[in-house]
Amino acid sequence: MATEFHNLQELRHSASLVNKVFVQRDYSEGTTCKFQTKFPSELESRVERTLFEDTVKTLNNFYAEAEKIGAHSYLEACVACGTAYLIFLCMETRYEKVLKKIAKYIQEQNEKVYAPRGLLITDPIDRGMRVIEISIYEDRGSSGSSSASSSMSGSTAR
Amino acid sequence: MSAVMITRKVRKWEKLPGKNTFCCDGRVMMARQKGVFYLTLFLIVGTCALFFAFECPYLAIHLSPTIPVFAVVLFLFVMAMLLRTSFSDPGVLPRALPEEASFIEMEIEAANGNVPAGQRPPPRIRNVQINNQIVKLKYCYTCKIFRPPRASHCSICDNCVDRFDHHCPWVGNCVGKRNYRFFYLFTLSLSLLTIYIFTFDIVHVVMQNHAGSFLISLKMCASTVLEVLVCFFTLWSVVGLTGFHTYLISLNQTTNEDIKGSWSGKNRVQNPYSHKNIMKNCSEILCGPTYPSVLDRRGVMQDDSPSLTTPATPSSTSDSTVPQTTKPTAPLIPNEQTPDDAKPSIAASTEISTSLTEEGEESAAHRVPPLASPETDAEASIAKAAAQ
Repeated sequence: MATEFHNLQELRHSASLVNKVFVQRDYSEGTTCKFQTKFPSELESRVERTLFEDTVKTLNNFYAEAEKIGAHSYLEACVACGTAYLIFLCMETRYEKVLKKIAKYIQEQNEKVYAPRGLLITDPIDRGMRVIEISIYEDRGSSGSSSASSSMSGSTAR
Repeated sequence: MSAVMITRKVRKWEKLPGKNTFCCDGRVMMARQKGVFYLTLFLIVGTCALFFAFECPYLAIHLSPTIPVFAVVLFLFVMAMLLRTSFSDPGVLPRALPEEASFIEMEIEAANGNVPAGQRPPPRIRNVQINNQIVKLKYCYTCKIFRPPRASHCSICDNCVDRFDHHCPWVGNCVGKRNYRFFYLFTLSLSLLTIYIFTFDIVHVVMQNHAGSFLISLKMCASTVLEVLVCFFTLWSVVGLTGFHTYLISLNQTTNEDIKGSWSGKNRVQNPYSHKNIMKNCSEILCGPTYPSVLDRRGVMQDDSPSLTTPATPSSTSDSTVPQTTKPTAPLIPNEQTPDDAKPSIAASTEISTSLTEEGEESAAHRVPPLASPETDAEASIAKAAAQ
């Protein structure tokens, strides 16, 4: 594996962005939120396939849990309708609770798995639930991308 | 030049594209034209006020006090549903940020290959298999995304809306995934309220004229006449609309799909979203999860300050302005599954990126493929016709 070490703070503040990969939605089962688990080729040298697939599968499971229609969602719908949906002024919906769990999971994955490899995952909710955006930062370990990244390090500074 | 940085909190709703109006610091989101919505409010509140003022005292004394109580409850429910439908985000899909837009643009150009000059490029369509049916996803030139299934672009609000049903001028907003159930409950409860007021108006008139001869002492005060008139005309339209939407819900279709005839006809694809079971379809729409808004309206934007060099961050609170180029490698098959070795890469170079984005914008403006842009207008005109 590449020998570069990044942490999340360092990535956000000083490393330069090389590329962005977008993992698209998987609509094979309808309009429920699910992302493709196909491994993008740009990440081949940066992260193990199984780690990436695990992350996407866990995210898909979270979304499936949020959108599941069962006893819990019926109860929530009936109570909400009975109170003319005013109950959501004081209570969080199930979906919002799961979204918080997802945000926490992505943060944890970034810290433990992706930042050390120079990658950063953006929460899909920040991209309209359309894509999982994976930002690829300069790989200090390899020599190939360093020339490309150094030429744009000036342009990324705002 | 002043060295002091002005830190005014700018919320994201102030910079959102699209033709929406926002109130209460981004908490309320509506369409621009609100005239008909005010009319709806006036009709409902006015008619109910007349009912409570003139009919209810008589009915409470001579029949039962529960009649006005139930009317109040029903009225409050109708208002709650109306305001919820009008003020909430219908399911607007945010526009693609520059990197995502370029990524998609390059995928499309790679898939189309070299188009000879003078020839129209093929329409931007992505085929997707949903429940073993092929569904075409269309590209939205305004939002620069491939619209998810069932999404459509509303030209009145200038937004792509997920599970777009129609744009309703009566509620002053689009009806989409997030507010469809409120819209349905609004029409249902309004039907009940209209029938209720109409019935008790008739009961009131009949009771008042019970003593004497019906023809001679037909006393109907002006308010009752007004209420009966409003209720009579509302009944036909609102009850009809409720029935129509009940039919749509049982089949898991949207008004947009019904009008376009997406799932009807022998040679057409069958509705892949229907569970083929009325109860399941109804429960999905009425008892399904309350979807969150993906449009961050109240988030705080970082003001761009030229004096400070803020580091490039991938965080979503600021507009990411990473310039890029796109290098198509191999032609892509225009469907959901893209081959591994054909992903375009997005590296950075300011010069090439500027020319490419300009080219992209120009080409978007000049190249008008037969299916994409005109259909947007057709969809909008159909939506307008449906709403009337």
